Amino acid sequence: MEQHFAHLYEMMSKVEGFIYPNELELHWGILIVLYPYITGLVAGAFILASLERVFNVKVLKPTYALALLTALAFLLIAALPLISHLGKPGRAYEIMITPHGNSAMAIFGFVYLWYLMVVLLLEIWFDYRRDIVLWSREKKGIMRGVYKVLTLGVTDLSPNALKWDDKLGYIVTIIGIPSAFLLHGYVGFIFGSIKANPWWSTVLMPVIFLFSAMVSGIALVMLIYMVVSYIRRHPIDMKALDMVARYLFFMLILDFTLEALDQMHRIYEAEESFEIISLLVSGKLYITLVVFQVFLGTIIPLITLGIMQIHQFREKIRKALYFVMGLLVLFGIFFMRWNVVIGGQLFSKSFYGFTSFKLRLIGMEGTLMAIAWLILPLLILAFLLWLLPPWKKHGEDV
Amino acid sequence: MGPQRTGHSRRSFLKAATAVGGGVIASTFLKPFTAVVYAAEEPDDISKPWYGYGIDIKKCIGCGLCAHACKLENNILLEPFFFRTWVEQYTIKNDGSVIVESPNGGIDGFTQSVPEEEIFKSFFVPKMCNHCHKSPCVQVCPVGATYDSPEGVVLVDEKYCIGCRYCVQACPYGCRYMHPEKNVVDKCTLCYHRITKGLDPACIEVCPTKARIYGNLHDKTSPLVKFLKDHTCLVLKPHLNTGSKLFYNALSAEVR
Repeated sequence: MEQHFAHLYEMMSKVEGFIYPNELELHWGILIVLYPYITGLVAGAFILASLERVFNVKVLKPTYALALLTALAFLLIAALPLISHLGKPGRAYEIMITPHGNSAMAIFGFVYLWYLMVVLLLEIWFDYRRDIVLWSREKKGIMRGVYKVLTLGVTDLSPNALKWDDKLGYIVTIIGIPSAFLLHGYVGFIFGSIKANPWWSTVLMPVIFLFSAMVSGIALVMLIYMVVSYIRRHPIDMKALDMVARYLFFMLILDFTLEALDQMHRIYEAEESFEIISLLVSGKLYITLVVFQVFLGTIIPLITLGIMQIHQFREKIRKALYFVMGLLVLFGIFFMRWNVVIGGQLFSKSFYGFTSFKLRLIGMEGTLMAIAWLILPLLILAFLLWLLPPWKKHGEDV
Repeated sequence: MGPQRTGHSRRSFLKAATAVGGGVIASTFLKPFTAVVYAAEEPDDISKPWYGYGIDIKKCIGCGLCAHACKLENNILLEPFFFRTWVEQYTIKNDGSVIVESPNGGIDGFTQSVPEEEIFKSFFVPKMCNHCHKSPCVQVCPVGATYDSPEGVVLVDEKYCIGCRYCVQACPYGCRYMHPEKNVVDKCTLCYHRITKGLDPACIEVCPTKARIYGNLHDKTSPLVKFLKDHTCLVLKPHLNTGSKLFYNALSAEVR
């Protein structure tokens, strides 16, 4: 407690102008930055997978199962940073059993479970059922039992049954697209619906979250595909990679346009909060917003990927550029979430001043913990890829 | 007979289901927004109290006794980051710039940092929960741990709050804080434990100039209703439509 107060006294010396006395402490820290970041990766990766399935973009086949498993790995932990951030984590279940109908946040548990149970797990299961059944016959020992359990007792591999797998998987994907939109648009709504905070309160917030989610999810799958291929010493399917990068480019254009529209609207309307927000952007958020998010995370990838659409570089250069651009985009979108969550709490609701935020290295709300939350889904993904390797699916070599 | 009966019961089931389902859908069309738009239920029976609060800025001398009494009465941590009520000093300079200060919430009193010849005007603004009628904080609470009492007082159930702090973000007035020991959100209760026994809230009890008034908005003879009648009162941030029940007399446009 004394340490906490010492921290607050230190923050107090960094206040600029006037803030309401209760506003000194930032209530949502790095863990809440991770929450929209991770759910965004999930929604984006899923939408990339759906492109192949629903819109029949055959060239994306090598990334289909990989994108689904990536979405699952990240979705499995998506709620954990949130729960660990609660003042009373032991009461988290209350949100499921006594949700408050007027609260945007109350629906999170249901949206999350719907997406996890109904969409992702079902789609993956339908996609893999044939392979799981075959693996349960081929493997020996414990793994045989594991795959047997994963079949859920449905071992019928007749052409008719397989046709139904495909049909049902297709239907789930179709339900899944609006669900992915719902999942992340909804996360945007949590922020966008707070009328007390002019930095958050914009009707565009859910849409911006959605498109930035697609940008980050596509970039993540692109990177994971490259890394997994490298580890497997398997040649990258350049047609697929080029196509993924092209989608990334288009989504970046849309995302950038929407965010620019939002900012232009703010500047032109110049409401009561305009002065404090322009001070915020040119001051406390300058590095993370102007440099990280806009310049490194958006403009550079946009120009690079744009040139790559016109000029065909050699394969080796393309790979290197895609890799770097993917990293930059992921970096930029992380700071987009940062700028929303942290930025929205740095200025006082009196619009007369700023508090400050100091990210600690250790502790539940520290940098190391945040890194751990981002590494954990990668470990889960490694496990999922070992359990359900997309490249060992029967009749496929990707 | 058997199959016929089954068929019949199926038909009547479908009929009943359609009637119930259709009725539910139709009723949502009749009152399409009541399910979505949040507002506390003001009792129709005007014999029941509906509390509001008044602050006369002209009378406030910035002694900070209210903020101090609040801390003592409600056992609030004495560190200067946790306040259920506090006092702000507004100083408007001749050049139009605004300086706001609230050292330790005003508990230790105020000093004027601006030289007198530069001051256009200066005044004190006590702040506290607005006990809004359409409170954004109650609207967003995911579990309903923060709620309106039947008397229109916004309260937090500390045995139920999960500590997500969404309400802190939603309050436009900065009236909520996270209790660092209880790990739940805390705020002004209008001294609910006192007013339900017929006593005044602690902040009102100690105010030496009677700058603070609270009372029953349903009772046309209450001092609060008289205060509202005699003065031109405003609420903070009216454009946010929070249904604030904290009314200020002589509120300057600079106050936010």
